[in-house]
Amino acid sequence: MSEEITTDSQSWITPFNVIAGIIILVGLIITVIRFTKGLGAVTHLSNDNPWGIWIGFDLLCGVALAAGGYTCSASVYLFGMKRYHSAVRPALLTGFLGYFFVVIALILDLGRPWRLPYPFIIGWGTTSLLFEVGLCVALYLTVLFIEFSPAPLEWLGFKKTRNIVVKLTLLLTILGVVLSTLHQSSLGALFLIAPSKLHPLWYSPYLPVFFFISSIIAGLSMVILEGSLSHKVFHHKMDETHLSECDPLTLGFGKAASLVLAGYFTIKVIGIAAGNHWDLLSTPYGLWFLVEMLGFVALPCFLYAVGVRDKNLKLIRGTSALTVCGIILNRLNVSVIAFNWQLPMSERYIPSWMEIAVSVFMVTLIIVFYKFIVTRMPVLYEHPDFKNSH
Amino acid sequence: MSISRRKFLAWLGAAGIGSMVSRDAGASSNKHFRGYPKSSGVLYDMTRCVGCRECEAACNKVNSLPAPDKPFNDLTVLNTKRRTGTDAYTVVNKYSGTRHDGPVFRKIQCNHCLEPACASVCFVRALKKTKSGPVTYDESVCVGCRYCMVACPFDIPAYEYNEPLTPRVLKCTMCAPRIEKGQLPGCVEACPKEALTFGHRDDLIKIARKRIRKYPERYKDHIYGEHEMGGTSWLYLSPVPFKEVGMREDLGETPAPSLTSGALSIVPMVVGLWPVLLAGVYGITKRKEKIAMEEQQTAVAEATEKADHEAHLKLEAAMGKAKKDKETAIEKAIKKALEDVAGAEPDKEDS
Repeated sequence: MSEEITTDSQSWITPFNVIAGIIILVGLIITVIRFTKGLGAVTHLSNDNPWGIWIGFDLLCGVALAAGGYTCSASVYLFGMKRYHSAVRPALLTGFLGYFFVVIALILDLGRPWRLPYPFIIGWGTTSLLFEVGLCVALYLTVLFIEFSPAPLEWLGFKKTRNIVVKLTLLLTILGVVLSTLHQSSLGALFLIAPSKLHPLWYSPYLPVFFFISSIIAGLSMVILEGSLSHKVFHHKMDETHLSECDPLTLGFGKAASLVLAGYFTIKVIGIAAGNHWDLLSTPYGLWFLVEMLGFVALPCFLYAVGVRDKNLKLIRGTSALTVCGIILNRLNVSVIAFNWQLPMSERYIPSWMEIAVSVFMVTLIIVFYKFIVTRMPVLYEHPDFKNSH
Repeated sequence: MSISRRKFLAWLGAAGIGSMVSRDAGASSNKHFRGYPKSSGVLYDMTRCVGCRECEAACNKVNSLPAPDKPFNDLTVLNTKRRTGTDAYTVVNKYSGTRHDGPVFRKIQCNHCLEPACASVCFVRALKKTKSGPVTYDESVCVGCRYCMVACPFDIPAYEYNEPLTPRVLKCTMCAPRIEKGQLPGCVEACPKEALTFGHRDDLIKIARKRIRKYPERYKDHIYGEHEMGGTSWLYLSPVPFKEVGMREDLGETPAPSLTSGALSIVPMVVGLWPVLLAGVYGITKRKEKIAMEEQQTAVAEATEKADHEAHLKLEAAMGKAKKDKETAIEKAIKKALEDVAGAEPDKEDS
C-alpha cells in the first residue's frame, strides 16, 4: 500500500490530472453559482425553452451512451456469446458511471433536487412518461450497481458476497434489459406530448421505438469505442483473455451495429412515410435531417459492413466514433435543435458557456472515476483468485 | 362518471410498474371526455377588447405579483410581443397587420385545458385539473423538472429561474381561490368592456354560438378552445383568423394525454413479455450448448471406442502375425534342423 502511495505522489502532476483538475474546479464553481443564484444565472434557459443541454446532452445522450451495459451483458449472458465475456465488466462500469452522473447532472438541473424521490413517495404521477423514466433509471442504476459489484467485492476480498451476486447474474441481466427497454424508449416518448413544438421530421409516434433501437446502436458502438480507447491507455492493465477477445469482439459488435443501423435507417424512413413528410426534406430542416440520416446512420452502417468484410479493425473503431457522434446529434436534434423550431431565432435556445462547462465537467468526472476504478479493481483483467469462476 | 382517460392511463402506468396504487381505475371507452359537467370557464370576445390592460392590472393585484417596470396605463407596452411570465399571469398583445380595420387585441393566459398536457406529464401530480374548471398547481410537491412547460402547447407556464432553491412554476389559476368564495376571476371583474364572460363552459359555448349567429359579419365562425387540444375552459371569439393573432390553428383536437397513451400502454406489455422472451432466448442458447456438448461427448466416446476396437483388432492381428511368425520360425528351424540332420547322414555314409 505504501508503495502505491509513493508512486502516486511521484506521478501526481500529469497533464491529464491538471486538465481534469481545472475542469472539475470550474464545474464546482458553477455548481455553487447554480445553488446560490439560480438556474437563470448560469443557463440560457427561458420560459419558452425550459430544457437545455443538461437534459439534451447530459440526460438523453448520457443514458443512450450508457447502453453498453445492457447490450453487452445481454449478448454474453443471454445470447451465449461467451467469448466476449471480458467486455462485460468495462461495459457495466461505464454504464453505471453514465447513469450515476446522469443523476448528478439532474441535481443541477432540477429546481428542488432533494424532492427527486417525491414522485415515488407522494406524487405517483403515473400518467407521466417522466415518472416511468425516473422509476426505471432509479431501478436500473441499482441493478447496474449490483451487476458491477463483483469487481469491487473481489478487490476487497469479500468472497461470499461476491459469489452470491454472481449467482444472480441471469436475473439481473434480464431485469436490466427490461428496464433499459422501458426507459430508453420512454426518453423518446417524453417528446410525444409536444407535436406542436418538435419538427415533424423528428416527431413521430414511433419516437420511443427510434430511441430504443438507437440505444442498441449506441451501446454496441460505445463498447467498441471504449475498448479501443482503453486498449491504448490501460494496455498494461489487461490480461491475456481481454487482449485476445478484443479483436473478435470489435468484429462481432461491428457486424451487429451495422445490422441494427440498417434496421434503424429503415424504420426512420418508415417514420417519414407514415407522416408523409417527404416534402419537408427539401427545406433547411430537411437538409439537416438528411445530414443526420445519411452522414450518421447510413454511412456508419456501410462503413461498419466494409470494416467487418475486410476485417479492418481500424475502420470499425473509427466508425464507432462516428456512430456515437450520430447518436449525440440525434438526441440534440430532438431535444434542442429541432425543438421549438417554429420560434423566431431571437427566442431560440443557445447554451451558455457555463452549461457547456458543466456538461464537460460531467464527462470529465466519468473519465476520472473510470480511471480510478480500472487501475484498482479487476475490470480489465480477471482476479487471480476468481479465474474462470463465472 | 367523470372518469377521464387520465385515470385510466394512470392505472395502466401503475400496472406497468407493478405498483399498488389504490386509485379507482376507470374503464376506458370510446366516449369522448367533454370536460367535467358544470365546470367553469371564461369566454373572451376579441371584438370587444380595446387593449386597456385593466385585466393585467387586476391580475397583478389579486395575485400580489411584483409591480411592473412600466405602469399598466402605459399602452406603449402593447407594441412589443409579450408572453406570460412569473410576474404576469396574463398579458395583452396588439396585432395590427390583420384583415380587420384597426388593431386586434388578444389576451393570453392559461387556457385551463379540459385534459391538460401539463397535468398529464407532471410526475408528482403538482398540476391538477379541478372539477370546477381551473388547472391548479401545488408548489409543495413540485420538483422543478419543467416538463409541464415542455408539454404545454400554448407556452403558458413560467419558471422562477432566478430562485436558487425554491423555484416555482407559475401561471394563471383562473383565480380558483376567488371562484371558491363566489367571486369572479380578477381579470373578468376588471374588464370595462365585458370582453370577458365567466360562467359554465357549456353555457359559454351557447353564448358564443349565439353571437356568431347574430353577427356573422363580425366574427369568424369558430370558437377557439371548443375543440383545440381536446377542448379548453377558456374560449375565444375573434374577428380575424386566429393564426393572425398568434394563435396556433395546427394543434389538432386530440387531447394531450392520448398523445402518450400508446407509449404508456406498451409498458406493462414489455414488463410482462420481455422476461419470457429473454428467458426463452437464454433457454434456447443453453439447450444448443447442451446439445453441442452432448454431441461432442458422444462423438468423443464413439471415436474412443472405435479407436479402442481398432487397436484391439490391430493388436490381435499383430499377435496373430507374431504367433504365426513364431510358428513359421520354429517350423523353419525344425525343418532346417531336420534337413541338416538328413544332409549330414549321407555325408557320413559317404565318408
